[in-house]
Amino acid sequence: MLSDKDRIFTNLYGQNDWHLAGARARGDWNDTKAILEKGRDGIVAEMKASGLRGRGGAGFPTGLKWSFMPKGEGPLPRYLVINGDESEPGTCKDREILRHEPHKLIESALIASFAMGAHAAYIYVRGEFYNEARHLQIAVDEAYEAGLIGKNAAGTGWDFDFYIHRGAGAYICGEETALLESLEGKKGQPRMKPPFPAGAGLYGCPTTVNNVESIAVASTILRRGGAWFSGLGRPNNAGSKLMAISGHVNTPCVFEEELGVPLKEIIEKHGGGVRGGWDNLLAVIPGGCSVPLLPKDICETVLMDYDSLRAERSGLGTACMIVMDKSTDIIQAIARFSKFFKHESCGQCTPCREGTGWMMRVMNRMVEGRAEIEEIDMLEQVTRQVEGHTICALGDAAAWPIQGLIRHFRPLMEERIQTYKRLHGGGVQVQVPAGTPVVTLAAE
Amino acid sequence: MSDVNREQPDHFAFDEISEAEIAKILVKYPPERKASGSLPLLYVAQKQMGRQTGSAWVPVVAMDRIAERLEIAPIRVYEVATFYFMFNTKPIGRYHLQVCTTTSCWLRGSDDVVSACKKAAGVKHFGDTSDDGLFTLSEVECLGACSNAPILQVDDDYYEDLDGPRTEALIEALRRGERPEPGPTIDRMTSAPAGGRKVLLETAHEDSGSGQG
Repeated sequence: MLSDKDRIFTNLYGQNDWHLAGARARGDWNDTKAILEKGRDGIVAEMKASGLRGRGGAGFPTGLKWSFMPKGEGPLPRYLVINGDESEPGTCKDREILRHEPHKLIESALIASFAMGAHAAYIYVRGEFYNEARHLQIAVDEAYEAGLIGKNAAGTGWDFDFYIHRGAGAYICGEETALLESLEGKKGQPRMKPPFPAGAGLYGCPTTVNNVESIAVASTILRRGGAWFSGLGRPNNAGSKLMAISGHVNTPCVFEEELGVPLKEIIEKHGGGVRGGWDNLLAVIPGGCSVPLLPKDICETVLMDYDSLRAERSGLGTACMIVMDKSTDIIQAIARFSKFFKHESCGQCTPCREGTGWMMRVMNRMVEGRAEIEEIDMLEQVTRQVEGHTICALGDAAAWPIQGLIRHFRPLMEERIQTYKRLHGGGVQVQVPAGTPVVTLAAE
Repeated sequence: MSDVNREQPDHFAFDEISEAEIAKILVKYPPERKASGSLPLLYVAQKQMGRQTGSAWVPVVAMDRIAERLEIAPIRVYEVATFYFMFNTKPIGRYHLQVCTTTSCWLRGSDDVVSACKKAAGVKHFGDTSDDGLFTLSEVECLGACSNAPILQVDDDYYEDLDGPRTEALIEALRRGERPEPGPTIDRMTSAPAGGRKVLLETAHEDSGSGQG
C-alpha cells in the first residue's frame, strides 16, 4: 500500500491551502524551468519511462500519446486539451484535483504543452462543477499574476495560455472527439476516427486530449523521476492512482493508492469495510459504471489494476468503485445504468440511439421479472449488436454492464421471471426454453 | 406552461455585467473561432435571466442575440441549447433542485432525497415547478461526487451526504431565503472518510517528499 511520502496529491481533501502560496509550500512551481530544460524529447522519454497509463479509463500510455504529436514546427498551432468532463457514474476523483490541487494541474499542463509544442491548453470542465471551475479560475489568475503562465511562462521562454471551458451536462462530451466538437461550440457528437486528434483535433489542428489526472501527475513524475513512479505498482500497471469508493461501505471516500493492491484490502482500509461486514458483499463495479461488475468471489482475490481486472473480463476504468451489499437489487442497479446510457446517447449512431432505449426497456421489465426466460439471451445478443458498431465507445459502455449482469447473475434474473409468472398466473404462458425438460417446470 | 409563445419574451439585451463576462470569454478563442463561445454565452444569458427575472432560463430571443454576437446561424445556437441538459429552455423556479438518482446515489438513499424534495418543495413530479414559483425539481444523472452520495445540487452548489430530514431542512432554509454552506451535511471534511482522514496525516508543509524527492 502507498505510503504518505509517495503520494502525489498531498492536498487531496483541501486540508491545506489550495491557493498559490499553499501549492508552492507543497513543492508545486518549484523551478519549473529546470523541468523544461530537459527538452521536449527528454520530457516525453521520462514520461514513457514512468509507465504512466491514461487515468481517464482507457489506460493508453500517456508518454506514447504525447509522442504522436507532429515533430518540429508546423504551420498550424497545437493544442493540449484536458478532459475534465468527469461524468462516469461512480467517478469523483478529478473533482478533487480541480478544487484542491489546481496548481499541480496548471503547472503540469505547462510542462505537457511544452513537450508537445503547444502554446495553449484548454480544459473542459463538466458544467455541474461550477465551484470547482471557479477554484481553478482563481488558480489560473494567480498563476498569470505571478508570471508562471502567460508570456515567458515561469521564466522558461515558452509562451503558454491556459483556458477553462465549461461543459453543460452531457456525458458524451467525455469522449475526446465529442469534447472537441463541444469546445468548438457545437453539439457534442463524436467524430469518426481517423483522423485522430493528434493529426486533426481542435479547430483542425494537432491536439492531444488527456484526462485531468494524467496531466496533473506529470510535474511530480518529472521531479521525482520516471523510475520512482514505475517502481510503484506492478509491471505494465505502474504508479499510484486516484480512486474512490461509493455505495455500501462504512466510509465512502476518495484517496490515492498504489496500483496492484488487492481490491479487498482497499475496501477494508479506505472504505472502512463493507456495510455489515465482508460477507455481506454482493458485488463491486470496479471502475465506473461502464465496466462489468465483479461478484464477491472474484473480489476476494482480484488486484486493483488494469491487467488483473481485464483478466476477470472487467476493467480498471476510472478506478472508482461502486460497492453493493446483499440488500441491493442488482438487476435494478444495472437497469439504472441502462437508463443513464439511454439518457446520454447523443443520438448519432442508430445502434446506440435505438439500442440504449431498447436495452433500458427490457432491463426495466427484467427488474420486475415481467419477461420470458429466452429474452435474457436476446438481451445478451442485442448488447453484442450494439457493442463495437458505433462511432464512439458509449455503445460499448452501455452493453458491458448488462453483459456482466447476465454473466454473473443469470440465475437471479431467471428466478425473478419465474416468481413473476407464479404471482401473476402466467403458468399457461410459460415458454419452455429449448432443451428444458417440461417436467421440471411443471414441478415448480 | 404549454403555450411556448406566451412565455417567450420578445426582447433580450445583454446587460453590463454580462457584457463584461462576454469580453472575458471571447478572448479565450481564436477570433475566427468565435463559435466556441456558444456554450459560455448561453450560460451568461441564463444567469442574466436569473438576475433579472428570478428564473434562470434562456429564451429564444437570447439565443438570437448570441448567434448575432458569434456570427453564426441562429439554428447553431438553438441546437446547442437543446442538446445540453443544463440550459433551461423554459422558465424554472427561483431555486433549481437537481437530485442525482444514478446508482451510487441510489444505493445511499437518493429515493429518500427525492421524496423529501417533493414534500418540502411542494412538487409532484420531476420537471414540475412549485405553485409558489420557488422550486423546480429535476432528476439528473451522475453529478460526479459519488463518495459524498446522495447529492442534491441547488443551482450551482452541491449539498452532499444527505438524507430525507436534512434535505427537508435544506429546502426549508432556502424557502426562508437562507443559503446554507454547500458541501457535506454531515461532520466530514470534503471527500475524506467520515470520522477522519486515514491517509495524509502529517501536514503538507512538513512533507518535503511531494515536491522534489
